[in-house]
Amino acid sequence: MNTKEQKAIVCRDLTKRFGDFVAVDHISFEVERGEIFGFLGANGAGKTTAMRMLCGLSHPTSGQAAVAGFDVYRQQESIKRSIGYMSQKFSLYENLTVLENIEFFGGVYGLSDAKLNRRSERLITTLGLGQEARKMVGSLPLGWKQKLAFSVAVIHDPAIVFLDEPTGGVDPVTRRQFWDLIYEAAGRGITIFVTTHYMDEAEYCNRISIMVDGRVEALDTPGNLKHRFAADSMDEVFYQLARGAKRAAD
Amino acid sequence: MRTLKFLLRKEFRQIFRDKSILAMIFIMPTVQLIIMPLAANYEVKNIQLAVVDRDHSSYSQQLIAKIGASGYFRIVADPRSFRDALRLVEGNRADLVMEIPAGFERNLVREGAQNLALSVDAINGTKAGLGAAYLTRIIGDFNTDVRLEWVEPGRFNPMATIEVTSLNWFNPRAEYRFFMVPAILVLLLTLVGGFLSALNIVREKEIGTIEQINVSPIRKWQFILGKMIPFWVLGLIVFTIGLTIARVVYGIIPAGSLLTLYVFAAVYLVALLGFGLLISTFSDTQIQAMFVAFFFIMIFILMSGLFTSIDSMPVWARTIAYLTPVTHFIEVMRMIVLKGSGLADVSRQLLYEGLFAVVLNGWAILNYRKTT
Repeated sequence: MNTKEQKAIVCRDLTKRFGDFVAVDHISFEVERGEIFGFLGANGAGKTTAMRMLCGLSHPTSGQAAVAGFDVYRQQESIKRSIGYMSQKFSLYENLTVLENIEFFGGVYGLSDAKLNRRSERLITTLGLGQEARKMVGSLPLGWKQKLAFSVAVIHDPAIVFLDEPTGGVDPVTRRQFWDLIYEAAGRGITIFVTTHYMDEAEYCNRISIMVDGRVEALDTPGNLKHRFAADSMDEVFYQLARGAKRAAD
Repeated sequence: MRTLKFLLRKEFRQIFRDKSILAMIFIMPTVQLIIMPLAANYEVKNIQLAVVDRDHSSYSQQLIAKIGASGYFRIVADPRSFRDALRLVEGNRADLVMEIPAGFERNLVREGAQNLALSVDAINGTKAGLGAAYLTRIIGDFNTDVRLEWVEPGRFNPMATIEVTSLNWFNPRAEYRFFMVPAILVLLLTLVGGFLSALNIVREKEIGTIEQINVSPIRKWQFILGKMIPFWVLGLIVFTIGLTIARVVYGIIPAGSLLTLYVFAAVYLVALLGFGLLISTFSDTQIQAMFVAFFFIMIFILMSGLFTSIDSMPVWARTIAYLTPVTHFIEVMRMIVLKGSGLADVSRQLLYEGLFAVVLNGWAILNYRKTT
């Protein structure tokens, strides 16, 4: 168990079946504390399902996993206290203001009033949302919504934050700013577990894994992977691995 | 506790920002409570009567005039034959046909007996039954009048008769609004509370915000309670508005204590909201939730004794009726508002509602899963 406490995430043969369909097929990997871990794969490869199991949103069918030292079968509620999560679908409340969303999510994670005030002020300044603080979140442009969603996901300083395609549909400038936020959070010691489709973003990660048809087919640093597949870019690495996929993209 | 505070703050903010919900909560009950009791009236009036008078005597005229003066009947036609009269019934222009045979007056005076024929369009059973009953009563009265006129006073009373005099308690003039308004108030509370709660959690599922809740350390009971309390408060507000309208518009002042009413309403609301939230935890979309809620609330209301008497239902139906929380509340509302029953009188029903509340909410909490 000692090793589990050292690692942010430990995953052994984690599997999820839906009937006959094996969405996630015996995946095994470890994520170090403070690491930015890229979780890549084509659409339908099983990334989101794997992530949902690690977050305690979905029961694994078999295999083992520990997140922040807690077991995914028995200690889901402890996991939930230690992580942040940003889903693929924007899920802040659109009919609440920026400040109200921050207050709500900070509040339910048990931040004290003083901490809540300090952090929401800092967050508003960092994001440059001073003018919009009292506007409904629904009225913000997508890029700002995503940055806000990320900041809210880490407002309680979780050990690990899970990001499911956080930059989908966002322009390159905003994506850059988004990664600045990720680096800033990683600098505070938060482990980042991120899925993405953008191969330039994969390069920002310390290590990446690539999932094909429910299995982890490769796991290494971006540099090593390029070397191993004799590729110039991550795009090429990804293409070489993913073109063998049998599963149709959804 | 602190988590619950943030949940409640969020829910209240969202509710008060949603104009359609506010309209549903405040305007709908007001309008319905003003319109429905006026329309939901069981009194049978304006029964259309066709009279085939073959006698054309002064007695037959007196009888017809007496019937017309009763206020229950409208004499719509004076057909020549019974066949013509039936045609009127077929054309929906008459509900009842009374046939006065030729020689009506003569037979009545000479022989002291005469037959009258009533034909009733029984499609609307209530109207037919009551119409025939009213008419029989009026003819009976007429009969007594005739006998008094023709028989010598001293000799009248050839046989002993039992006169029945009944006294209406609690609702002396047997007015329907006194009977209906309290029940319609329950109906409104049920509609507003049932639908709002049924649509709420599932709405978060549809938008996707429930994921963010499920991945947080919010406990299941906290989440359900956070959904329940705002609607509970709103329900009591709707109840208060309803009682005010009942008082101002219909002059209905509860005979029993307001406290008893509110205690019961409070427990009832917990049960009802538990039911709505349970539907919400089962459904994936708002449309699903809407249909399921509609299905059950329809049954609840039709079997609740709002429109029909539970005592006259078959046993199996009565069993179902008592398995719904609405039935008990309607019964108790009428008891408290009209009879002035106290907490002790309604304790059995209160116990039932409490049981519903525990079971439905417990089930909702169990059925709501943070991990699938």
